Amino acid sequence: MTLLAVEDLTVSLPTRRGWARAVRDLSFALDRGQTLGLVGESGCGKSMTALALMGLQPEGARVAGRIALDGEDLLTLDEADLCRIRGNRMAMIFQEPMTALNPLQPIGRQVSEPLRLHRRVGRAEAEREAVRLLDRVGLPNAAQRAHAHPHMLSGGQRQRAMIAMALACGPDLLIADEPTTALDVTIQGQILDLVIELVDERGMALILITHDLGVIAETVDRVIVMYGGAGVEEASSEALFDYRAHPYSQGLFAALPQIGLARGARLEPIPGTVPDLADLPDACTFVDRCPIAAGACRAAPPPPLAVARGHRARCIRLEEARNRSIR
Amino acid sequence: MSIAADDGPGMVARAFRHRSFAIGAVLTGLVIAAALVSLFWTPYSAIELAVPRKLRPPSAEHPFGTDHFGRDILSMIMVGARNSIVVGVVAVAIGCSIGTALGLLAAARRGWVEELVMRFSDFTFAFPAILSAIMITALLGPGTINSILAIGIFNVPVFARLARGAASTIWARDFILAARAAGKGQARITVEHVLPNILSIVIVQATIAFALAILAEAGLSYLGLGTQPPLPSWGRMLNDAQTFMYDAPYLAVFPGLAIAVAVLGLNLLGDGLRDLIDPRLARKR
Repeated sequence: MTLLAVEDLTVSLPTRRGWARAVRDLSFALDRGQTLGLVGESGCGKSMTALALMGLQPEGARVAGRIALDGEDLLTLDEADLCRIRGNRMAMIFQEPMTALNPLQPIGRQVSEPLRLHRRVGRAEAEREAVRLLDRVGLPNAAQRAHAHPHMLSGGQRQRAMIAMALACGPDLLIADEPTTALDVTIQGQILDLVIELVDERGMALILITHDLGVIAETVDRVIVMYGGAGVEEASSEALFDYRAHPYSQGLFAALPQIGLARGARLEPIPGTVPDLADLPDACTFVDRCPIAAGACRAAPPPPLAVARGHRARCIRLEEARNRSIR
Repeated sequence: MSIAADDGPGMVARAFRHRSFAIGAVLTGLVIAAALVSLFWTPYSAIELAVPRKLRPPSAEHPFGTDHFGRDILSMIMVGARNSIVVGVVAVAIGCSIGTALGLLAAARRGWVEELVMRFSDFTFAFPAILSAIMITALLGPGTINSILAIGIFNVPVFARLARGAASTIWARDFILAARAAGKGQARITVEHVLPNILSIVIVQATIAFALAILAEAGLSYLGLGTQPPLPSWGRMLNDAQTFMYDAPYLAVFPGLAIAVAVLGLNLLGDGLRDLIDPRLARKR
């Protein structure tokens, strides 16, 4: 049975100018042991997707569709039931390790809390397990560091502590929201390797959210490219790096610096700016910036069309996009 | 407190290098010491009358003189300190515990609960606190307990607002989202994460509210609505002194000084604490 099945997930946020759909009709499925990347620029709805999966969307937001964890629709659960699932069956790692830990509590205590909360383990036992977890995520001198307060640790060490906290109850699903963005490059690699290693070791499913295509290439099996709240293209990461079917994905990759590019060669930007979600019409979200947009693109939101096996794009002008990419 | 825990022994030394904190601590210590000593010993009885010794100016025998009933002013001030402290502590404890709890509730629940708590506090703020305290004691009858209740009730909205404001900013922090993602409910997050992070602000406010409570108690006693005779209180000593303003001005000077010392001491202590706890200063270390 699929671990996580998301169908037509739509998250609407109240704004002064009406409802803004931060996530629109997103669907995907994920099994234990599988890894999925959500990629896109700021404001494309990838973090909102993560929060909605956890049931942590901002107050007043409307979430529609279906989020089924082992067949159980999370959107029908009340807050108390969600609390039993969060941190237990699904856990989350945040972008900013500097601020995602309580500054007043020693990290060992913070890592042990999910265990005490969900597993009803005693304090001493939970803290011993916390030390084992901290040791596993590669925190040197874990037994001593468990007594340290967050400000005594570096960014990378804090992110390791965050990962230990997320892993405490052995979740089935791990959501990592830009887990390496706030870290410097050498640490980024280490943290990503650690996450992947732990996902393999424990047979978890992983949703990795990032704006960094390099990270995607190295770590996940499948990718969903998001734009304006919509999942515009979904493919295995190999297939996506091989061929981009959607004009937005093509633009995203064209804007990426590459080693071996001719001196003086210019990166190609995507013209225009990210749209205001409240203004987006009920059509293709990329239409205003798309180089090959046609009248039909404004008429209705494009359905996901097959590009190849397991490779779909929400674009009704796939042929034109293909010709353009060959040219 | 957990902030002090990280700082080790350096915290105390640093605290006493801070001028207002040091002065405030010494003045407050003086008042507390006087109150504590009065539990076991006073130079003379603060209650029994000794009319033959009445209205003596300060001397070696009676450092602060005697009043119109011959009671020793120093002894009365010592016992009065005890009275002021008890009223202040209990009143602030009532206001602080109920107010902080309401503020935390408002910040956690939001919505109509928050509206209700905040509108209630606006409502109580609309009446001048001392005036309302006078009204309450006039209604319930004068006395120490009623004055404690009156002062306590008007501290509730002060702490409710402060706690709500501080707690709201904590709720917006990332580690609260992380705690929610770990499966913690509102109540747990409030107790484990929000309260410890606003405690320092609440403590500073409590120190200042303590000073105001002492002042309010003196005011109520001055009007005859607070502590009743024969127990001495600073406010009533001032009232008694009025009659003898020209014959024995020292009768007003010493209780007045006592009130000033206590209020000044606690205010300086509060200011000092706020500076010491302020994280921006703490980081410069």
